[in-house]
Amino acid sequence: MTTTALKEPVRETSPGAARAPRRRPGRIRRLSLPYLLLLPALLLELLVHLVPMAIGIVMSFKELTQFYIRDWGTAPWSGLDNYRVSVDFDAPVGKALLQSFGVTVGFTLLSVALCWLIGTAAAVFMQDTFRGRGLLRALFLVPYALPVYTAVITWVFMFQHDNGLVNHVLHDQLHLTGEPSFWLIGDNSFYALLTVSVWKGWPFAFLIVTAGLQNIPRELYEAAALDGAGTWQQIRRITLPSLRPVNQVLVLVLFLWTFNDFNTPFVLFGRAAPEAADLISVHIYQASFVTWNFGTGSAMSVLLLLFLLVVTGGYLLLTSRGRRTSDA
Amino acid sequence: MPDSPMAPPRSFLWSRRVFLALLAAFVLTPVYVMVSSSLKPLADVTGRFRWLPSELTIRPYIDIWSTVPLADYFVNSLIVAGAATVCSVVVAVFAAYAVSRHEFRGKRVFTVTVLSTQMLPGILFLLPLFLMYVNIGNATGIALFGSRGGLILTYLTFSLPFSIWMLIGYFDSVPRDLDEAALVDGCGPLGALFRVVVPAAVPGIVAVAVYAFMTAWGEVLFASVMTNDTTRTLAVGLQGYSTLNDVYWNQIMAASLVVSVPVVAGFLLLQRYLVAGLTAGAVK
Repeated sequence: MTTTALKEPVRETSPGAARAPRRRPGRIRRLSLPYLLLLPALLLELLVHLVPMAIGIVMSFKELTQFYIRDWGTAPWSGLDNYRVSVDFDAPVGKALLQSFGVTVGFTLLSVALCWLIGTAAAVFMQDTFRGRGLLRALFLVPYALPVYTAVITWVFMFQHDNGLVNHVLHDQLHLTGEPSFWLIGDNSFYALLTVSVWKGWPFAFLIVTAGLQNIPRELYEAAALDGAGTWQQIRRITLPSLRPVNQVLVLVLFLWTFNDFNTPFVLFGRAAPEAADLISVHIYQASFVTWNFGTGSAMSVLLLLFLLVVTGGYLLLTSRGRRTSDA
Repeated sequence: MPDSPMAPPRSFLWSRRVFLALLAAFVLTPVYVMVSSSLKPLADVTGRFRWLPSELTIRPYIDIWSTVPLADYFVNSLIVAGAATVCSVVVAVFAAYAVSRHEFRGKRVFTVTVLSTQMLPGILFLLPLFLMYVNIGNATGIALFGSRGGLILTYLTFSLPFSIWMLIGYFDSVPRDLDEAALVDGCGPLGALFRVVVPAAVPGIVAVAVYAFMTAWGEVLFASVMTNDTTRTLAVGLQGYSTLNDVYWNQIMAASLVVSVPVVAGFLLLQRYLVAGLTAGAVK
């Protein structure tokens, strides 16, 4: 610190024709260095995210069927046709999309709420040290650490009609159902998907809330304890309010990940998900790769993106306003 | 709560016990099914479910390698995930260093743009990327579609936004005086980065590497579209155990376990770094 402070004035007060040309390249290098460092990240983001996104938007205005895939630039323009097909809720395509959208919204809300609730409860309960806490914490992170497909394949096995664990327990052992149920087809598939999603997703909430708890100053608890607040009151008055900023980010991230989840339903149901669990990502995949109609698929993706933008923007606006008023 | 002078009431202790026990059962059941089924003979997994194997056998662990070319898938996954991790970490270190230590125009735009790509639905750029890779292949002869290279390129960008974000937080926590001292001692900016900032941020870098590896190892969507028979990764290859007549559930569970052990073990060993990284970067 001191050395730089000493050096600066020396440089400023020694102007000279000989020095100027030497200084300029140095300054240019210093100015462009951050950009050079960012260049790889920027190029990759451009190549894999931003350019494809732009192409996707262009594609949504084209009649892009299997005949044009080799050279998609030559596909004829179709104006808003793809969008019209996607949102014509009386026709089969639009109707199916609307149904899928509804299922996805319901599924996401339930899954995020449950993941958040379980994750927060577990993190708060495990804030104190007790015997076996370290082991339990490692155990709780296993679903998060498992590769999605191995975890979901195991659930597929458990949900099997004839040889699965779920029916064995519910039907054979507890006699709760008259007949063994089908879990991966029909209406039950929604609950199967929700179970797997929560099983897989809550440890992330647990991880983030655990990290957030470590930033709550100890003095707050000590002061509350002196004031006579019991454990439950401390949780309600200190822990939960202090977690608010963490929760604001956590809920948004959980929402986006769950809403966009492809891996879980894809491994759980295969290419064609049952109607009750037809999440939007798989629906668009199906609409694009099974029918090879990339134009309509792209239009659906763009609509999805717009929806997510509006929701995210609205959410950020609401939560930041909430934060400001609570500060005031 | 931590070190509170009052002991928690019984109601708290009992709710904690009940809640954590139920949760542990929920978490462990699939893990138990995976482990126990992988040691069962085929008859045990095709008939009615049984909690205990009729006999213990390690047969499934031998058969998994011949039923499908699991070793090939394993090698493919290892190459793809390993390369994606290394590249992603290097790129993220450079970018995070620039954001953490330098003032430049467009800094905010950069961080916001990069972070917002994290929220894009994968399906949105799956189709265009698929077409781009096919067209780049046709035009230049560089095979991205169906090759490991294309998958590596794709996966490394998946973990990039979160990695950069987390590393910025980590680098910010390394005192600036340290690298300024290194600069004065004659290190260039890159020397300061590699001799001072990186060594001080090793836990954060490890955490980011674990995250990047897990992301690449577990991805299904792009793997299912962008690989062919020779480049197939585990994510897609594991589905090969379900033939039409018999589903070899014991082998599927054995293979799942073999595939999971490296990541789960690595994750559990390094999870304290991840929690520390999140504390420093994400939730600050």
